[in-house]
Amino acid sequence: MEINLIAGSSPHVKSGESTQKIMRDVIIALIPAMLASVYHFKVDAAMLILATVLSCVLSEYAWNKITRKPNTISDLSAVVTGILLALNLSPAVPIWIAAIGGAFAIIIVKQLFGGLGHNFVNPALAARAFMMASWPVQMTTWQLPGWDAVSSATPLALIKEGSEAAGQLPQFRDIFLGNIAGTIGETSALAILIGAAYLFIRRVITPEIPLAFIGTVGIMTWILGGAQPFTGDYLYHIFSGGLMLGAFFMATDYTTSPMTIKGRLIMGVGCGLLTSVIRLYGGYPEGVSYSILLMNLVVPMIDRFMIPKSFGGGAVKNA
Amino acid sequence: MNLFKVFKNGIIDENPTFRLVLGTCPTLAITTSAINGIGMGLSTTAVLIGSNIVISLLRKFIPAKVRMPAFVTIIAGFVTIVQLLLKAYVPALDKALGIYIPLIVVNCIIMARAESFASKNPVLDSAVDGLGMGIGFTIAITLIGSIREILGSGSIFGTQLFGEAASPALAIILPPGGFLIFGLSIGLVNLITKRQVLKTGCSTNGGACEGCGMPCPMEISEKEGE
Repeated sequence: MEINLIAGSSPHVKSGESTQKIMRDVIIALIPAMLASVYHFKVDAAMLILATVLSCVLSEYAWNKITRKPNTISDLSAVVTGILLALNLSPAVPIWIAAIGGAFAIIIVKQLFGGLGHNFVNPALAARAFMMASWPVQMTTWQLPGWDAVSSATPLALIKEGSEAAGQLPQFRDIFLGNIAGTIGETSALAILIGAAYLFIRRVITPEIPLAFIGTVGIMTWILGGAQPFTGDYLYHIFSGGLMLGAFFMATDYTTSPMTIKGRLIMGVGCGLLTSVIRLYGGYPEGVSYSILLMNLVVPMIDRFMIPKSFGGGAVKNA
Repeated sequence: MNLFKVFKNGIIDENPTFRLVLGTCPTLAITTSAINGIGMGLSTTAVLIGSNIVISLLRKFIPAKVRMPAFVTIIAGFVTIVQLLLKAYVPALDKALGIYIPLIVVNCIIMARAESFASKNPVLDSAVDGLGMGIGFTIAITLIGSIREILGSGSIFGTQLFGEAASPALAIILPPGGFLIFGLSIGLVNLITKRQVLKTGCSTNGGACEGCGMPCPMEISEKEGE
């Protein structure tokens, strides 16, 4: 037996990080939001999460089988996509639509572009956009939490209709805890903040994008959201709708966010500006998912203009 | 030139939609239903045959410098004929296809065949080339139209497939669905018609080993393998 002395290329010292570990952390961070969704929307929420996760994992498995590629289910990224997609759906969405959405996210958005790390936009959000265009009625039928499935408009839709003066808006406390109509995962800001805190502690995500995103929405809605300038109810805007979920869990996706700190700040501010403009002036009551998708598309450009200086100074030439 | 080969060329080997990726604008815009695909395809075929014949007849008289304006004028004449015929006999289809019928004038397929085939080949060949390209285009956009109609409206040629209660994926007949299905069908056609590499050999010297002075990459890789 010969002794194999192999001189591999650097890096020689590696951290224990792996895709699987990071994805496991994201799933752990999503548990509070999932629990809150099941608490508020009962069986509907549980069925949706189950349907999208199963659909995503099975699609990934089938794709790898058909194209004879190594199986990538165990990196858990399909599970994360499935959970995020479910959290972005109204409890009234039929199970089969949710399942088609999961397959669309994995096969069309992720695998056709080359699999994990090559998708050009966030798979869960792209699937949501496809579902919104395909089944607009089912996707925008909202319910109040509870067993009775009483249909109701979301707080942001009420603001859009201009009925906040009539006192129809839910209390701020309900918005924070999630006792309002909305997608199953976005309603409880508290649960998402707990998950986000875990991600920060584990250093899975960095704070630039979420803080820039939420901060920009806060400032914009404070300045422009009220009847007079600088009177907008920014806290209400920050904690309602999908902003929390989008800022912490969707905009921070590694593949579709910039690599440098400056780039991430630009991404966050861009998302915030687009979200505020859609919320205040656009046709839709909520614009978090579309603004993240739009900013995903310019991430390669941001990265291109934000090349950091090489160590030792001097500009990068012919990069 | 073998007429059958010219004919087959347009349908399979150089299918204007799947292989040359020409005429993308009508392909994306009007393939919201199968019947639109057939209507658009046949209209284009008629114009293509007519313009190919006339341009081929005039190929020795049109000065090279002004050939494009000359081609466009000839094509526009045939498009006008087709448009008036559609308006007279199938007004519903004319309405569905709308601006895309007059836009056949600037369809890349017709311009490309005029420039690269009809202006260089005899009349019969040009007519067959027009027919083949036209049928190839018709098949392709009818196929895309059928897929989009089934998935997006739940019907085929206007006949409901899944009953009234079904809610098909509306996005497929919206513009994003056009790009999606177009891309997927090109990929699928490439997958099906993928030519297998039958002979092991190298790309140097056209795969033949005789008279090739280069060191053989097959032998080198074998040695490294040992």
